[in-house]
Amino acid sequence: MTQFAIEARNIVKTFRDGEVRALDGVSLNVPVGQVFGLLGPNGSGKTTMVRILSTILAADSGEAVVAGHDVTAAADAVRRSIGLAGQYATVDENLTGFENLRMIGRLNHLTKAQASATAHELLERFGLTDAGQRPAKTYSGGMRRRLDLAAALVAQPPVLFLDEPTTGLDPQSRQDLWVIIEELVASGVTVLLTTQYLEEADRLASQLVVLDHGRIIAEGTPADLKANLGTTVVAVTFASHHDATSNLHLIRDLTKNEPNIDGATVELTVNSGPQVAADVIRRLDQANIAVVGLALREPSLDDVFLNLTGHKAEEVVA
Amino acid sequence: MNTSVQSRDSLIGRLRWAFSDVATITQRNLIAVMRVPAAIVFVILQPVMFVLLFRYVFGGAITAPGSSYVNFLIPGILVQTTIFGAVGTAIGLAEDLARGLIERFRALPMARMAVLAGRTLSDLVRNVVILIVITVIGFAVGFRPTGGVIAYFQASFLMLFFAFCLSWGFAFIGLAAPNSETAQAMTFPLIFPITFASSIFVPVETMPGWLQAFANNQPVSQAAAAVRGLMLGTPHGNATWWTLGYGIVFLAILAPVATRRYRRAA
Repeated sequence: MTQFAIEARNIVKTFRDGEVRALDGVSLNVPVGQVFGLLGPNGSGKTTMVRILSTILAADSGEAVVAGHDVTAAADAVRRSIGLAGQYATVDENLTGFENLRMIGRLNHLTKAQASATAHELLERFGLTDAGQRPAKTYSGGMRRRLDLAAALVAQPPVLFLDEPTTGLDPQSRQDLWVIIEELVASGVTVLLTTQYLEEADRLASQLVVLDHGRIIAEGTPADLKANLGTTVVAVTFASHHDATSNLHLIRDLTKNEPNIDGATVELTVNSGPQVAADVIRRLDQANIAVVGLALREPSLDDVFLNLTGHKAEEVVA
Repeated sequence: MNTSVQSRDSLIGRLRWAFSDVATITQRNLIAVMRVPAAIVFVILQPVMFVLLFRYVFGGAITAPGSSYVNFLIPGILVQTTIFGAVGTAIGLAEDLARGLIERFRALPMARMAVLAGRTLSDLVRNVVILIVITVIGFAVGFRPTGGVIAYFQASFLMLFFAFCLSWGFAFIGLAAPNSETAQAMTFPLIFPITFASSIFVPVETMPGWLQAFANNQPVSQAAAAVRGLMLGTPHGNATWWTLGYGIVFLAILAPVATRRYRRAA
């Protein structure tokens, strides 16, 4: 036995006869009982990685071991040890919540009685008992994601893949799902989580890697990542783009990162937001420069990308 | 839990679970059919329209050999309808693929062929229902089979088997198509020639010579000849054996091809 729930070595996957390199030598070590985050924009290779590790897709080269089983040589053993939920794996809209969970139970080779009992338990645990007898197509987005997650838990797998579990959800549903994921991890489950949200990775993940165009461009704890980056973005809006560029030199030294100019707004990623904001106001006031707006916000994935790569997290059309 | 883990590794245990997986998927597909009543009505309405169209609109212009045209027509419509059912096989699989259900199934420790077998079997069940409905409608519009009850059942089993074997080819189309609309469109260039350029609706002798060569020898004409011969109690040569043979060959080729496609469907 290894101490890692998931080990991947140099995974390469190309599409369209090698034209698109979805994964370009990705290696991961996911310790047991943690949330491990795969952070990256659309098209960075997160979902491809999950599909390879969950035996849906075969890698061109590289090796992966999940829950102690090789994903190619022992795919069925891997399938018995994993649960998959997220934006692409889905529930059957025509079946009720109960029927969905019972079906997944039967396909995981539980007995009929076990499958029904498990379905009832999970519906109750996810607050879906009342909705359990309605077809899933009548569910709200949040209910669907909870049913999807419940389906992934039917066989009580030690390893869970959650592929953008909260993308498209409202803030309350997102919070609810985060709490559920935290409870799962507290019970000893290992979670590989993909997300586009830095906030989500920060809240849930013990360790994470950042993917860009199929390569890992950063790894560590969320704290490491943010320590390099700064914890706050100070956004200063000038009267015009010209004002922004011509007066940048007045505030440039307040951050060690590259400032981002977006129209008339200059964004500085810093560690002490309020202090820098005060400095910005004072300096620009002394120079008699009009400031139209000033805002402090948490860094987003875009900011991380800008800092790591010098380019914005662009969407790659798959 | 221990017992199920042990039984998994024996051949008997694996076979038992493979059957269980197929049954689970079949049941799931049938529930879906029941939940969309509009779809059932459409599926049944279409062959009823064909019966009425050919019985009352075109029928007068077609002279059938031997008995009346309605007796010629109904066995043909039954064969045509069961084959058309395979369009549903393609659409159903294309939808499962587009919605991400196949993705979920592929990450489960279930038998690889169960999704396809469950689909073709649930469409077989749907065909049984349609066959009963069309038989009833047929009697209402004057269909009088004279081959006897046993031969009627033989003919029914034969056409259900033949359509089931063909549906594996349409399963492949469903998995290869980018979406369900395209899947449906892709089936038509295939299904129209094999059903209309056959002895299903009209006697082949009325077609031009070059078409007769195809229409006389293609599998669907053999199936129509066998079903018609059995139902009406008329001689039909070796058509039954040809139909069975074609069915077995189709299944032997198409089932592995579709299963292979399923393994690598994205």
